[in-house]
Amino acid sequence: MASRSPLLAALMRLPPPAPVLMAGSHLLTRLGRKMAGRHPGMIARLGPEAGKRLLLDATDLPALILLQAEPLSLRLFPRRAAAPPSDAQITGNLAAFLAMLHGESDGDALFFSGELSISGDTSAVLALRNALDDAEIDLAAEFAALFRAPETVVRRLAVVAGPRLGLSLTRMEALP
Amino acid sequence: MMELVCPAGTPAALRTAVEAGAHAVYCGFADETNARNFPGLNFSRAEMAEGVAHAHARGAKVLVAINTFPRAGDADLWHRAIDDAAGAGADAVILADMGLLDYARRAQPQLRRHLSVQAAASNADAINFYAREFGVKRVVLPRVLTVAEIDEINREITVETEAFVFGGLCVMAEGRCSLSSWTTGLSPNMNGVCSPASHVSYETTPEGQDARLGGVLIHRTPAGGPAPYPTICKGAFTSPDGAGGRQTGHIFEDPVSLDATFLIPMLQKAGVRALKIEGRQRSRAYVAQVVRTFRAAVEAADRGAEMPVGALAKLTEGQASTTGSYAKIWR
Repeated sequence: MASRSPLLAALMRLPPPAPVLMAGSHLLTRLGRKMAGRHPGMIARLGPEAGKRLLLDATDLPALILLQAEPLSLRLFPRRAAAPPSDAQITGNLAAFLAMLHGESDGDALFFSGELSISGDTSAVLALRNALDDAEIDLAAEFAALFRAPETVVRRLAVVAGPRLGLSLTRMEALP
Repeated sequence: MMELVCPAGTPAALRTAVEAGAHAVYCGFADETNARNFPGLNFSRAEMAEGVAHAHARGAKVLVAINTFPRAGDADLWHRAIDDAAGAGADAVILADMGLLDYARRAQPQLRRHLSVQAAASNADAINFYAREFGVKRVVLPRVLTVAEIDEINREITVETEAFVFGGLCVMAEGRCSLSSWTTGLSPNMNGVCSPASHVSYETTPEGQDARLGGVLIHRTPAGGPAPYPTICKGAFTSPDGAGGRQTGHIFEDPVSLDATFLIPMLQKAGVRALKIEGRQRSRAYVAQVVRTFRAAVEAADRGAEMPVGALAKLTEGQASTTGSYAKIWR
């Protein structure tokens, strides 16, 4: 995967203002609900872990993401403030998170190599990893569904933009 | 060609394994009847039936692992699993417990029975006993034998043998480990959980990361360093060094994975019928990569071509691999 552009990396380091965090939280929660609707087995697979709060710390993003599956919410918190209370925390760079989501990288391998670390409730982390892996999520397709945009076009854009950003933006294995 | 038996912890992983070239996929129900009873993993009854149909439509088999040991007088869950595997159309069940083997033979006589590695049948007499008494058709060999020993065993038995070629290693005689049970109260062999996630905790420290199992510190990983699974057998411990000081190191086993790729032609010559990949707890990314690599290796072995080596290092625990007991050396 290509390395991240310096401009994007600089933008990622800027502390996001509160309205941006609020709008981002709203967008991510809507996206999460759309995903849960399109992949009903995903929440069921979480079982008793669905109510746990997981803090996703993508180290190259200016905000932390607090994820809860039941009731479903994804909230952004500024990195520089105290971290919100959570049951478990997963830390790695954004590329690792997205590669894992799209089935390009194995979570255990990222853990073995030190590219991903976890703390707190290990059951919640494992359940989330396994539920997402089984759901075969494609972020580009999920965004297309959320905004009712043509999936083929959005995924094609993701294929072009992904390598330039050094990020996996769509599920390459499912491309026609 | 030798049969490639591949892991699937979820329906998506099953589809991935079939797509990547698995001849057979092994998986289990989402309860303590199988030895990978982890959160978010395994199959519901409906998912198992769909998985079997998917695999069969593409020429692959599904083997259902019911390989833990039931509690005395409380085997209903395990009996139901055998009946439901048969109902789902599974090609075989993988069993370890003699009571379950006996039940399967009587209740589902048409269902092929494989002997799990958990049964630890490591000599011809033991294997012949299981074949004679329970009609076992295939034995998954414990990872304690050399290739020469496997060759000798295969000359003295009539059933098929299956050998692990890749994935996590267990230092103990298969199915005879109490390390995790001692620390957590839950058994790998009865509850299906070695180092249950509910008892594992990680703490980030200025030096790196501490891993605890049941509150016991079992490993301290330096920042950015390779980490092992949180099992006691792969942990690093501090003890007196015999010279008045203290030493820290791996007491039971280094964190390495099995990779017997280059031994595949020898295993084939030794009469091994099937090759097994460990890793039902792993993602579909692991399944895709490992299955594709081993399918190519099995086909290469069949043609008498050279084995591809070292393609999977990044996926291995401790980023290191070993041929385990297959090629024993003094160390």
